[in-house]
Amino acid sequence: MSIKYDTPRDKIFDGVNIALLLGFAVITILPFLYVLAASFATESEIASRPFFLWPNTPTLETYRYIFSTDTFIRSLLVTIGVTVIGTAVQITLTMLMAYPLSDPNLAGRGLIMRLVLFAMLFSGGMIPLFLVVKELGLLDSYWALILPLAINPFNLIVIRTFFQQLPGELREAAEIDGANEFTTFWRIMLPLSKPVIATFSLFYAVSLWNDFMSPLLYISDSSKWTLQMFVRQVTISSDPSTTLGSLDPNYVPPKEGLKFAVIVIATLPIMLVYPFLQKHFAKGVMIGSVKG
Amino acid sequence: MVMTNDSPGAVGPVPLEVKEPPAPGVSSTRRKRSLLKRLRRSPMLYLMLLPGVVYFAVFKYAPMYGITIAFQDYLPFLGMQGSPWVGWDHFERLFSGPDFGRLLSNTLILAFLNVVLAFPAPIIVALMLNELRKQVLKKFIQTAIYIPHFLSWAIVSGLTYLLFALDIGPITVLFNDLFGGRVNFLADPDWFRPLIMVQTLWKGTGWGTIIYLAALAGVDKQQYEAAMIDGAGRFQQLRHVTIPAIIPTVIIMLILNIGNFLDTGFEQIYMLTNSLNRDVADVFDTYVYFMGITNGAYSYSTAIGLFKSLVGLVLILGANWLAKKFTESSLF
Repeated sequence: MSIKYDTPRDKIFDGVNIALLLGFAVITILPFLYVLAASFATESEIASRPFFLWPNTPTLETYRYIFSTDTFIRSLLVTIGVTVIGTAVQITLTMLMAYPLSDPNLAGRGLIMRLVLFAMLFSGGMIPLFLVVKELGLLDSYWALILPLAINPFNLIVIRTFFQQLPGELREAAEIDGANEFTTFWRIMLPLSKPVIATFSLFYAVSLWNDFMSPLLYISDSSKWTLQMFVRQVTISSDPSTTLGSLDPNYVPPKEGLKFAVIVIATLPIMLVYPFLQKHFAKGVMIGSVKG
Repeated sequence: MVMTNDSPGAVGPVPLEVKEPPAPGVSSTRRKRSLLKRLRRSPMLYLMLLPGVVYFAVFKYAPMYGITIAFQDYLPFLGMQGSPWVGWDHFERLFSGPDFGRLLSNTLILAFLNVVLAFPAPIIVALMLNELRKQVLKKFIQTAIYIPHFLSWAIVSGLTYLLFALDIGPITVLFNDLFGGRVNFLADPDWFRPLIMVQTLWKGTGWGTIIYLAALAGVDKQQYEAAMIDGAGRFQQLRHVTIPAIIPTVIIMLILNIGNFLDTGFEQIYMLTNSLNRDVADVFDTYVYFMGITNGAYSYSTAIGLFKSLVGLVLILGANWLAKKFTESSLF
């Protein structure tokens, strides 16, 4: 049976609804288009035209300058490195901890789960954690961006629930064949968890890439800044070239245009993986809504 | 490191206690023997557990032990062992000082705005998306409005600085043309909260629809057919079929929201704070940062953080209690 909507009132309703939703979509996208256009514009055009979707005199000057400085490229490489290594460390530690906690025969499982849960509800707060990181000698170390966030308790609980839902016979059969628990985990459980690993690796990767608070707290050496610190510093500065530096002392770099270009470059990697993100994150929201 | 050794929550790789109830009819001695057997049977599992347990001990429970500096005058060169104890001094200073009332009202106002504006927005948009019949159009709009969720607050705040810039930002120019005057969005304290809400709605509304769209997708089509046979029009279907279908999800999300009521978002607020809007911008999280990290008042800022964590704990336990009482499920 087909549902028919054809009264005039319904048509008006549909029209208004579509217009409002499209308006929302446009408001979401428009800032990106403007920033993209302005990143190719000259300084005088940015100052004189309030809004445009394509510059009158397009120029690559901002990008040429940004990529001629070693500061920006360094921050980009640092961020890529921290994201890649950090994701590997974080997903490994999370999987390693989730698997034993899914074993119904593990003594002490209940206690550890309770401690994990409590750590989700209550925390020592920013300053005590900062002091721990400091005591460990991790200030100004990239590990400070990775280790304090190594295991997200929520991810841990969801992955543990996933392992619990795998048939117990798999585990028993492997053990009868003489495999130890790690072999069972490595050879049997991990191949079955590929979609879970993909989803939660993306979770970790995006939060490492976007993290601003950890570098703000733990990294004071500006040569170790991540991309997000860089974006922040450039966008609030009246003369961003003091942050970026220049190899040629006689060169006068653009000012406002740099801010737009830096935002474009920082957004681009996320946009490139956006199709994957949308798919896997939506799945993650659904997994998360199933009680652990 | 000193802290981890003394930490009350630090658990060894082999916890000695098991709180799981014994199977009926099993005596405690038999239980103990089987516990030992289980430990011996699976040393590999404990080895796998070890890094995770160390992580929780060092980065979760050691900081909890570190809260004790809230009752000291902590000085880095004296350490936790050598710093003098001062009891409740920092809390007295906090509650009697001029900043507490300001922090509390700033935090509560933003939290309140979140509940009345940011909470219902995704529900409304999800209901609107649900009325779309062209799937291509729906997919397009969803793809567009999910994007900001994945961007960092550094980028969102950067966009805000550019779009709302004094005199040259496109939104500033449009606003000045429409209403006259020379608005300074980024510095004027009156504009701080509206800007925060614009950011929150722009970044979170689209993504927030997902959970409601999932609930709406679960509605049986036969319910609409039955309603139509009974003569229900479009709006009556919305009122009597669609909205009742998402009410349980709405209630759960609302309860979750209450649990996180005080979490006003450190990164977002920090990046929009400047010397001109500090009076309305400071919330507990950012104030802890400015006092602790910028000014080095470790003990005082830890006390503020502890106050906020405790209120947060009470709220989340209360929310869980509510969830148990009014819905089938609980959060934990």
